[in-house]
Order: sequence, then structure tokens, then C-alpha cells
Amino acid sequence: MESVKELLVILIGSSLVSNVVLSQFLGLCPFLGVSKKTNTAAGMGCAVIFVITLASAVAGLMYRFILQPLHIEYLQTICFILVIAALVQFVEMFLRKAMPALYEALGVYLPLITTNCAVLGVALTNVQKEYGILAGIVNGFATAVGFTIAIVILAGLREKMEHNDIPESFRGMPAVLLTAGLMAIAFCGFSGLL
Amino acid sequence: MKKTSGAGERLINGIVKENPTFVLMLGMCPTLAVTTSAMNGFGMGATTLVVLALSNLIISLMRNIIPNKVRIPAFIVIIASFVTIVQLLLEAYLPSLNDALGVYIPLIVVNCIILGRAESYAYSNPAIPSLFDGIGMGLGFTIALTCIGAVRELLGTGEIFGARIMPQAYTPIGIFVLAPGAFFVLAMLCALQNFVKLRGAKAGKDTSRIGSGCSEDCMNCGEKGCGRRKFYDDSDDLIVEDLSAKEGK
Repeated sequence: MESVKELLVILIGSSLVSNVVLSQFLGLCPFLGVSKKTNTAAGMGCAVIFVITLASAVAGLMYRFILQPLHIEYLQTICFILVIAALVQFVEMFLRKAMPALYEALGVYLPLITTNCAVLGVALTNVQKEYGILAGIVNGFATAVGFTIAIVILAGLREKMEHNDIPESFRGMPAVLLTAGLMAIAFCGFSGLL
Repeated sequence: MKKTSGAGERLINGIVKENPTFVLMLGMCPTLAVTTSAMNGFGMGATTLVVLALSNLIISLMRNIIPNKVRIPAFIVIIASFVTIVQLLLEAYLPSLNDALGVYIPLIVVNCIILGRAESYAYSNPAIPSLFDGIGMGLGFTIALTCIGAVRELLGTGEIFGARIMPQAYTPIGIFVLAPGAFFVLAMLCALQNFVKLRGAKAGKDTSRIGSGCSEDCMNCGEKGCGRRKFYDDSDDLIVEDLSAKEGK
């Protein structure tokens, strides 16, 4: 069993030091696509936290109790992607039936996460770093929190930039990417933290 | 899309006309993550090429067997199988490249270029053109990644493929091999693309294909493109409309 200290290190490491978008480039599509408004960005962030935490729990359990006993660890990529995609669809159906209020808030974003590389990336990283199930869940949660922090900051900056006078060729995506690059420099500052 | 297409035409199409990185702006995650050097970019491109060509071939051969409703899971299983094969081969024969690319090798599964080509080309075309479509797209991706990798390596270390290019007096701009450099290089690429598009539009040329991404604009991929695709097509909910309504609020 992992000690609390180790879990804390994972928590800070995955959310700030090696931020999932700004230093690992996973989940770039929603990061750039759904960051026009702070509200929607925060909604997306919550949905990502929910899905990644759940997915890393399910993937961790599956790896530990199905793939490892059968010695078929090499099938991890296929199993993880199928389980994650099915899980997201199932969660969407479940929320729609059982918790309409939560579905109202998160439902729109769920299908967008199905093929998001961050979800699969976290599951695979957990296996690669040989995290236990609990550490894997903490890592998943922390990664998703890191994603939320990054996307909300970017959305805030984009709202401010909206009426700026930017050269024609740099309007839209190039300006957003430059902003993300500057944010990445800022997040480099966390690298001395651990 | 034209019905008949020769192998050569598919190759040129993938490398120039619909280059996945420079024209369509697809598969940005690996593009940014692994282009820290020309060699890594080339390795990633070549790996993707193999997976793309083989999965296009198999999907095209099986296009009459796969039911329309469950095509996405079927594509994913086929693609994931090839990724696993390639990953095991890399581990066995090129362990250094495997270590350098790390988690991004298995993540080829969710690269939108591959799923995108399966959906838009291989699922509705015969085997041989599909194979060459995959090879062409893969070559386009490889060339693009190698170029971006070379630029970042040159600015960040003064070398290309490990060979010294810049004079000794040149001080490397280290940030270009780190994460922020990737964003800056891509921003410049995007700006260049915008510039070409704007100039083309002024000259009255058809520029609709530039930056058209998975469906419209890959940077908005999450809204309209691959991310929107449902695992199991039971209904066609108007998710995009929902989302844009929310954005408008």
C-alpha cells in the first residue's frame, strides 16, 4: 500500500509539474477547441475529472485482476481503449436516466471525451509507472485537475484577448497557441517543486 | 471525391494536396510531443505510416462485413491490433526509439488521422487505393514531423539528426526542445497557413480544404470532429448544436 506522502507527490507532480496538456501534449483537441468561454471550459474540466478518475479506476482493476493473472499484458492498449470508450457511453446513458441534473451539466461534454488521448494516456502511464490501483486513481484525478486548471486559465486569457488588435494571419488559432506556449513556460516554473 | 484513383495520385494527394499536418492540421498531439528532434519525428512518422497503411488495407478489405452501426469500435480494434504489433516489434528491434517515444506509441490508436482516413476513405474504397492512401498520408505525416523536428532541433541544439549545422558561436535556444517551443513552432505554422489561405482567398482560389481537419477545423476537433464521434451510433443527437448554444450563453 502506498503511503500518504507518495500519493501527495503524485498529486502535485501530475497536476502541476508535468501538466497533462502543457508538458505532455495530451488532450490538446478539447484544450484548444472548448476554451472560448470560461463557463464551458470549467464544464469540460469537470467532465474530464469525472471520466479520467473513473476510467483509471476501471483500467487499473482490469489490468490487475484480468490481464495480469492471464499474462496478456500486451493486450493492454486494445482492452483499455475499448473499455474507456464503452465506459464513457455507459456513463452518459446512466447519467441521462438516473441523474438528469448532472447530465444537464456534463452530458454535452461526455461524447467529446470518448476518443480523448488524455484518458488512454493516463491509463497507460499508470501501467508504465507501475502504480497500484489507488495510486493510479490519484494520478488520474490529479492529471484531470491539471487539465482543468490549464483549460480554465486559457479560456480566461482568450476572453480577454477577444477584442485585441492582432495581425490578420495570427488571428484565431496561432494567437491561442502562442498563449498556450507562454503558459507552458510559466508551468515550467513548477519543475523545481518536487 | 473522385471515384477512380490511381496509386500515384493517392500518394501525391497524401504528401502534398491533403498533407495531414501542413494542410489538414490533424494529429496535433503526437506532432507537438515527439518532434523534439528530427530523428524522433521521423521515427514517429514511420511508425504511424505502417499502422495507417495496414489498418487502411484491412478496413477496406472488411468494409462489406463490418455493419455500419458498429464501425467505429471495429475500426478501433483493428487499429489497436496493429499498434500493438508495431509496439512489440519496436520493443524487440529498436528499443532506443521505443524509449524515446514512450507512451506516444500506444497512443497512435487515438490519432485522428488514422480513424479519420478509415472513416472517410478506406471504409468506402477498394483495397489497393486504400493501401496507397494510407502510405501517402503516412509519408506526408512523416515528412511533416521530420521537418518540424529538424527546425526544433536546429534552433534548440544547433544540430540536425545529431550533426552540427550551426557555427560554434551559436547559442542554442534551449526552449525550442522543451514543451513551450512546440507551441511556438505550431503557432508559426498555423499563422503561415492562415497567410496562405488569406492570400489564396484574395486571389479567388478555393481554399476550403486548408485546415479543414477532421471535419471542419481540427483545432475544433473536440467540437465537431473525431471527438464528437460516438462509439455506438444509436442516435444522431445534435450535440454540436447543444454545445454551440451553451457557448453562446
